[in-house]
Amino acid sequence: MQMPAPDARIMERRAQVASRLRAVLSPGAVIDDPVATRAYECDALTAYKCPPLAVVLPSSTQEVAAALRVCHEEGVPVVPRGSGTSLAGGALPTADSVVLGVARLNRVLETSPEDRFIRVEAGRTNLSVTGAVEGLGFFYAPDPSSQLACAIAGNVAMNSGGAHCLKYGVTTNNLLGVTLVTMEGEVLEIGGAHMDPAGLDLLGAICGSEGQLGVVTEATLRILPKPEGAMPVLVGFDDPVTAGACVSGIIEAGVLPVAIEFMDRPCIRATEAFAGAGYPDCEALLIVEVEGSEGEIEEQLGAIEAVARRHDPVELRRAKTPEEAAAIWLGRKSAFGAMGQLGDYMCLDGTIPVSELPRVLGRIEALSREYGLEVANVFHAGDGNMHPLILFDANADGQLERCEALGAEILRLCVEVGGCLTGEHGVGVEKRDLMGVQFGEGDLEMQMRVKDVFDPGWLLNPAKVFPLGASEGRRA
Amino acid sequence: MTRPATEDELAEAIRGANGPLRVVGGGTRGMAPGGEPLETGALSGVTLHEPGALTLVAQAGTPLAVVNETLREAGQCLPFEPMDHRPLLGTAGEPTIGGVVGGGVSGPRRVRAGACRDALIGVRLVTGEGRAVKSGGRVMKNVTGYDLAKLACGARGTLGVLTEVAFKVLPLPADMRTLAREVRGAPEAAALMSRALASPYEVTGAAWDGARVLLRVEGLEGSVAYRAGKLGDLVEAEPLAEDPWAAVRDAKAVAGAGDLWRVHVRPSDAPAVLDRVPHERALLDWGGGLVWLRTAPGTDVRALMGVPGHATCLRGAAPPLHPPAAGIAALEEGLRRRFDPRGLFRGGPLRREGPGAARAMAAP
Repeated sequence: MQMPAPDARIMERRAQVASRLRAVLSPGAVIDDPVATRAYECDALTAYKCPPLAVVLPSSTQEVAAALRVCHEEGVPVVPRGSGTSLAGGALPTADSVVLGVARLNRVLETSPEDRFIRVEAGRTNLSVTGAVEGLGFFYAPDPSSQLACAIAGNVAMNSGGAHCLKYGVTTNNLLGVTLVTMEGEVLEIGGAHMDPAGLDLLGAICGSEGQLGVVTEATLRILPKPEGAMPVLVGFDDPVTAGACVSGIIEAGVLPVAIEFMDRPCIRATEAFAGAGYPDCEALLIVEVEGSEGEIEEQLGAIEAVARRHDPVELRRAKTPEEAAAIWLGRKSAFGAMGQLGDYMCLDGTIPVSELPRVLGRIEALSREYGLEVANVFHAGDGNMHPLILFDANADGQLERCEALGAEILRLCVEVGGCLTGEHGVGVEKRDLMGVQFGEGDLEMQMRVKDVFDPGWLLNPAKVFPLGASEGRRA
Repeated sequence: MTRPATEDELAEAIRGANGPLRVVGGGTRGMAPGGEPLETGALSGVTLHEPGALTLVAQAGTPLAVVNETLREAGQCLPFEPMDHRPLLGTAGEPTIGGVVGGGVSGPRRVRAGACRDALIGVRLVTGEGRAVKSGGRVMKNVTGYDLAKLACGARGTLGVLTEVAFKVLPLPADMRTLAREVRGAPEAAALMSRALASPYEVTGAAWDGARVLLRVEGLEGSVAYRAGKLGDLVEAEPLAEDPWAAVRDAKAVAGAGDLWRVHVRPSDAPAVLDRVPHERALLDWGGGLVWLRTAPGTDVRALMGVPGHATCLRGAAPPLHPPAAGIAALEEGLRRRFDPRGLFRGGPLRREGPGAARAMAAP
């Protein structure tokens, strides 16, 4: 993975840039000591690291605007950062860039149960948004697995999803408005507490633009009334193809579960060794969760179990108590930790049409043998968002490169069968150079023109999303 | 008149255009500006429907009725319940799925299931330079690249001519019940709808026609019976035998001569809008988030509404779209110029921005 060579003329001006930033920000909001900036050298894609020129931690929208104006005048690239949990390198700095962290912007600004929204500063963590409204009987639906740490700013930038988006949608479906600061330091209100825009749906373009169009400092989020209850059923199968067919069968039966999660044998074994959730030792299992009152749960699970029985399950286990429900979720929720115990892993994020599940699982298995690296599968099956985990040893010579090559093969496969490179993690630097697999030159040109409009100088997170060759003429 | 049968033919027609184009699907929504007619009706057909993946892909000129029927046969539906503009605007023709997307048309279920833009998972369109572009795809979780589909949805054709659209669809509700309660005042109606929508009973329609608050629950049979019972107790509403939702969807309550407006506000501001804007008829949908108004000709709803939000003029002398703030206007203009540098999709030189066509086609 290449990053553009840092601009030496900017690096020479580090002291000047930092002092101009200090002049417009609160005390302690600028970090330029090379030891301290190392805390910001990477996000959750730890394979790539580079300390930035400086870090700014503004405390208000006005401070964000002031910092951006300085960077714009100085011609310094800016890398926006939420909580730094991106798995795609969305917040990876370059040596000539200023990281703009929004972590200090974390207040709740307005809560409106009658109009079913909450307005927060964008550095607030995902889970604490739900925390602010659960006392009122509401929740915020998108639930990325990093929700304890990840910020709404990052969720908006990456259009984050989660396990429950089959029913509730992803960030873009739960976002009503933002305060956006442009690279020039202009503060714009886009959307609000009302539904749907007057003109062009700028909010729809901003959500998922990976911090390349502006810095989001506030967000108005749709909140939903909490369901009366939720209950999962676990279904085990003796081959993954049947499990895949069962997923389609459930959806065709007219039931819309909130989540359908899939785990294959390597993943089941790893989580059993790690968490001991008591999963059956089988080739594949599904966890299907439904919501509602007791009677509604009974009605939905009954329909789901009827479909499952037609697929000869080796195990059909319905939770009857909250404790049994927690036991069913325990293994799934500790899957990533369990895989971490086995060594280093790379988590992919391609989406495929659900009908292609059997074929894709077969091909992944073959590729895994060919590359000599084990792949475990755990993913959101209802919406086809796969998370193949490639196990490797980062300290062994050439293994990272082999793992990345295998990952690229799997993502090409996802596109080939009608899917996409990334379902919820974002492109960042990780999938940047594969964009040509999914898009033609003209497709990418029109996306880049959108950036031209918002950030004509290409200073915001410029080395992400688009292959460097494609964006070269635009980047400063 | 040009009526291309393929995306290539369409791109060629656009590249060869010498002046503004009047791009029409069914021509029922009063959006098309003036110019040389270019019809999308020959770009027709459902190209993919995978019930097990909740996915449908159709060419943009496909009649909405064909899309609905294809889905209904598999026990599915478009989640956002697009309205039919014909009765209200007095237009004729066959609404197309491309027109639904171009207009970003969403009905009563929008309040729970999301808008047209939320169900739209991919588009293909041809820009003003005759460039065929795709964004999104056929899978419901996709964050690969910018979401140009959202930009195209509701852009009224100003960014390009849609050729293909893809949706996440939903199971057709097995059962539906409506609850009604007589409510005379808008503040009481808005408060009641808020209470219903804040309940866990998954209300998929909340409207007030000036006399009654109407609430809808949909889903599996047992679940609907349960939730309708609970909701009825909570808001003291009675079951309604008739199905009023097509009438709500098509804003039948405001049909008739006069100016027509859709006002988007935060739901609890709806009573203030009704209080401040003199009107002949009104209908609240989306729990109050959507205010339909029929006013005396020339009523300046935007100047009178006095709360944040925006107002779209469907029929009347006012420009159709609410003028955006300066910074937003600059971004919108920049985007339109980059997708349509020659201004082909923005109407003829004698036309102001927006559908004078809506007036021309208005009901007598």
